[in-house]
Amino acid sequence: MEKALREQFTGEFLLSLLEKMLLIRRFEEKASQAYGLRKIGGFLHLYIGQEATGVGAVAAIDQSVDYVLTAYRDHGIALALGMKPGVLMAELYGKETGCSRGKGGSMHFFDVKKNFLGGNGIVGAHIPLATGVGLKIRNKNERGVVLCFFGDGAIHQGSFHESLNMAQIWGLPVLYICENNQYGMGTDFRRVSAVTDFTILGQSYDIKGKQVNGMDVLEVYQAVKEQVEQIREVKRPGFLEIKTYRYKGHSMSDPAKYRTREELEAYRQQDPVLLLKVKLLNGGVLTEEKFLQMDSVARRKSEEAALYAERSPDPSLESLYEDVYKT
Amino acid sequence: MIMSVREALRRALDEEMARDENVVLIGEEVAQYHGAYKVSQGLLEKYGPLRVIDTPISEEGFTGVGIGAAMAGLRPVVEWMTLNFSLQALDQTYNNASKMLYMSGGQINVPVVFRGPNGPAEYLSAQHSQGLQSIYSHCPGLKVVAPSTPADFLGLLKSSIRDNNPVVFLESELMYSLRGEVPEEEYLIPLGKGAVRREGSDVTLIGFSKPIYLLLEAAERLEKEGVDAEVIDLRTLRPLDEELIYRSVEKTNRCVVVDEAWPYASVGSHISWLVSYDCFDFLDAPVELVSQEDVPVPYNHRLELAALPSVDKILEAVKRVTYRS
Repeated sequence: MEKALREQFTGEFLLSLLEKMLLIRRFEEKASQAYGLRKIGGFLHLYIGQEATGVGAVAAIDQSVDYVLTAYRDHGIALALGMKPGVLMAELYGKETGCSRGKGGSMHFFDVKKNFLGGNGIVGAHIPLATGVGLKIRNKNERGVVLCFFGDGAIHQGSFHESLNMAQIWGLPVLYICENNQYGMGTDFRRVSAVTDFTILGQSYDIKGKQVNGMDVLEVYQAVKEQVEQIREVKRPGFLEIKTYRYKGHSMSDPAKYRTREELEAYRQQDPVLLLKVKLLNGGVLTEEKFLQMDSVARRKSEEAALYAERSPDPSLESLYEDVYKT
Repeated sequence: MIMSVREALRRALDEEMARDENVVLIGEEVAQYHGAYKVSQGLLEKYGPLRVIDTPISEEGFTGVGIGAAMAGLRPVVEWMTLNFSLQALDQTYNNASKMLYMSGGQINVPVVFRGPNGPAEYLSAQHSQGLQSIYSHCPGLKVVAPSTPADFLGLLKSSIRDNNPVVFLESELMYSLRGEVPEEEYLIPLGKGAVRREGSDVTLIGFSKPIYLLLEAAERLEKEGVDAEVIDLRTLRPLDEELIYRSVEKTNRCVVVDEAWPYASVGSHISWLVSYDCFDFLDAPVELVSQEDVPVPYNHRLELAALPSVDKILEAVKRVTYRS
């Protein structure tokens, strides 16, 4: 198996996945700490546990032509796309130097230069937007594919069903990715869904889908890569249900008492960072020493991001009325 | 040349689609059926199915598609078969279109036009007969346009399509056949500029959209009674031409506002407040508001007419502000 790993991927690529997952983990731990100190307000939806989804998926696209949209749990995907930790942390702090000039906060990360169109705070509301981006790609006859991430809580929204239907009838290049972390806020998805295999929902619109183990970054990468290539070729939408798990509550205000300690512990055993680390150690791509070094770099970057946010100025009062209308 | 509102809208769409290939029309029945109100007749044949796009009955979905396409660089015109159905899509206009520029720190603007018939019609009962201008005007980030003449429909729709912001463009079922003079050459009317439809010195009558014709009729009747009314057509509700309003009220010292929507927290009540506040020193009487009665529109025609603004109601209001009752 180890040999197969090294035949399929370069060591550099494998290490870059690990590096990104570590950065997300440490960045969010730092954000969580800053939230505890009341440096960050509002909602803070952490991605810890789901790192393999964002990192694996983003690694499979061509960022020069492809687009990404997601919902409010957006820090990890923003980092996976290569947005600067300092700029993101500054946004969490509500500072002028943040990616949305301090006016968006945790749920509204954007980077138009990286084709990252948010960051959306309403469950399911960005799914039609992603579909519209697909329409633009179709009309301009471009190569791009849109990755649209949403949670299991969004999949029963009309916006999801309306979007899949339109994407299919118009042949739009959108990959709909349900990050099924199993809880829509405090509700186990099995309690509110008529089906537990979400690919069935895609099939109602003649969109073939696949369930993927979201704790394994390489499985995510390969599944997304396969779908994206297919979409580019046949100009049809795709669908993936990535089974993942969040260690923390829905947001910082949620103690997550609706699940058992045993369940959480079971998932920690298949932690996406741990899984990749073990694979790379066994594959001879990584040493324990190298891992510790990578981890300390991730910690340092997160510390520096917090420091940058801390030292950045608040937006000026004059900016209150800026960007309401585009001139 | 003389043309109907329907033809003026079609010409605006046609000219803008010819000028800019990023302009696309999306909505229910806009393509093969030629539009529920026949506004888009012939556009499918001319521009093809990539640019004139029939949608399923999925208001939230296709409104969001228009917004997403605008975020990525197209300039979509989204047709709502009626504004009544746009409530299904309110999340998309309120939470996405209007706020995207602000919450992205100025990175992403949304050049989309939402258009369709708005306001009470006839015998359509409560769900199909409502003026929703207050809802759309309430929200910062949206522009709201409500023309009343064919020439204005043409010039304002063209400007709306060229605008870099989301614009809600209000039409009216009862106005599509209305005919009027429209310039031959290409022309635009800027958003945010009202028009004086009739000059007068005794009282300012303020309105927009279909009720402008009630105001003009009221002004004619008032003339016979020796009252010289000025009629102001706002044309755009956001941004609002406050200058024009104040200039008129400072001249006439009396003001009646007409709005087909309900009176509670409406465009009409807001304008009445603005005039009361900003023209306080010039007013000789409290500002009057003639609105729809504060009930859903009933089906029965006698009740329906009683629920809506009318020339008589406007004349009554003018009597009150001129102390002639």
